[in-house]
Amino acid sequence: MQGKAGAAEVMVSIEALTKRFGPFTAVDHIGFDVRRGEVLGFLGPNGAGKSTTMKMVTGFLTPSSGTASICGHDVVNDTLNAQRSLGYLPEGAPAYGDMTPLGFLRFIARIRRLFGRDAERAIEEAVAATELEAVLEQPIDTLSKGFRRRVGLAQAILHNPPVLIMDEPTDGLDPNQKFEVRKLIARMAPEKAIIISTHILEEVDAICSRALIIDRGEIVADGTPAALTARSRYHNAVSLTVPSAIAGEVREALEGVQGAAKREEAQRGDDTTFTLFPRDEVGQQGMESDTTLIDAVAALARARNWPVRALHGEPGRLDEVFRHLTRADTEPVEAGGLKGSASGRSAA
Amino acid sequence: MNEMRAIFRRELAAYFATPLAFVFIVIFLLTMGAFTFYLGGFFESDQANLSIFFSYHPWLYLFLIPAISMRLWAEERRTGSIELLLSQPVPLYAAVLGKFFAAWVFSGLALVLTFPMWLTVNYLGSPDNGVILAGYIGSFFMAGGYLAIGSCLSATTRNQVIAFVVSVAVCFLFTVSGLPIVIDFFSGWAPQTLISTIASFSFLTHFNSITQGVIDLRDIVYFGSLIAVWLIACGVVVDMKKAG
Repeated sequence: MQGKAGAAEVMVSIEALTKRFGPFTAVDHIGFDVRRGEVLGFLGPNGAGKSTTMKMVTGFLTPSSGTASICGHDVVNDTLNAQRSLGYLPEGAPAYGDMTPLGFLRFIARIRRLFGRDAERAIEEAVAATELEAVLEQPIDTLSKGFRRRVGLAQAILHNPPVLIMDEPTDGLDPNQKFEVRKLIARMAPEKAIIISTHILEEVDAICSRALIIDRGEIVADGTPAALTARSRYHNAVSLTVPSAIAGEVREALEGVQGAAKREEAQRGDDTTFTLFPRDEVGQQGMESDTTLIDAVAALARARNWPVRALHGEPGRLDEVFRHLTRADTEPVEAGGLKGSASGRSAA
Repeated sequence: MNEMRAIFRRELAAYFATPLAFVFIVIFLLTMGAFTFYLGGFFESDQANLSIFFSYHPWLYLFLIPAISMRLWAEERRTGSIELLLSQPVPLYAAVLGKFFAAWVFSGLALVLTFPMWLTVNYLGSPDNGVILAGYIGSFFMAGGYLAIGSCLSATTRNQVIAFVVSVAVCFLFTVSGLPIVIDFFSGWAPQTLISTIASFSFLTHFNSITQGVIDLRDIVYFGSLIAVWLIACGVVVDMKKAG
């Protein structure tokens, strides 16, 4: 990631960004850059500070301290120019419900200083990209959740901004619509710097070139999705599924496999799945796949002529890394923090 | 300027996109008529002027204008669209003024639609139309004053009912500050200058002097600066909310 994007210009620069609501610190000295061509996935449990960070970067909230700039424009001192370089889909895709999508997009076009033919062309393109043609004349209030989200997306990309920030862009969409939105993001990605927040981890694999996990207002991981999955204890693990009838024999044989530190076993229907974890710590932390373990298991299965149902090496599991890194959330300490968060929000 | 015009147009259209405009205008005209003809005894007064009609304006505005202004910011906060609005490249003043002018023009429209009253007095007698025009101008400025107060208070909450109730209360204080209900509270212990200052804040005092047919610069300056102060306060409130 760094090698390829290293030369591209920095579009979003965030330094020591902090937001306090009363005694509660929602975002604590967060800093990162996003370059042109990058799609940054912003992950974290609810209340981790994802939306608060986005609200500060888009100029809706004023940071308590720290700086953020969009295309070189500071969001606090040069707010309007920063906002001009930016398309933003706020959480929940709010819009003016009494307007039709067409009226709404015309309003945004005027605010974005697009007039006449420029405005019509921009609206046409945004409508086509988000497939809104069918509902252009219906009040937004009467639209389904999926269409409302797409109206928000159309609004965000209307002026073809160099930076796109989207808070849960695929929330509430059905699988087909999700697929379309991801395709849209992938299509725009080369020319833009894109930040999306999401709960859906598969989405990170699907569209993000980089993932950033935040927990309780702090960055706990930053890297490519592959590098993050490599931190999973499942990285380079091998799972072998055989009929339960021969489970005893397989278990015995697997005892002898070199390089396996630990073995887990799960029965499902008539099949039993064995998962072998590699012993080598370097292999587990490293980014390249280690194939020795799976080779050994495959050779064993061939030699014994087992009726193998499935055999595969695990790249790692992002959800497990996510849970591991943000697990602190469920600890009792956090109960006070969350209460602080709730009162902080209501006071805000 | 473009941004302000865009917001103005959107806000004005929003009144008509829902039954709000229709309901408001009908209720406004009906109550104006009812007050003037029944409570005010317009025919019995046997006078070809609109002073009875205008004398009810402050009291009707007291309840009807906060009904227009309460949605200005509170609704945006409730639906979250304020995040959309404030993350667009819109200067704060454009948002505050665009919204205010839309509401003001809307209330002006309701006021203009009372023209049958004017036709009636001209049919029945020969009133001084200059005085009537002054009354309309005064009424329009007073509506602006109520709206500016309501706009600021709407920005403080996400609940439209709270915005309405608090606006009515504050508008009431501004309306009656020249009447005994307020003055009696201060007289006896407060210095005379304070009392006359408080009394000079009264909408009624300024409005009444305009409806006499004398558009005094002081009255216009009063309403103008009242509007300015409350709109600045509105901008400050919106900006403070950004700081969390």
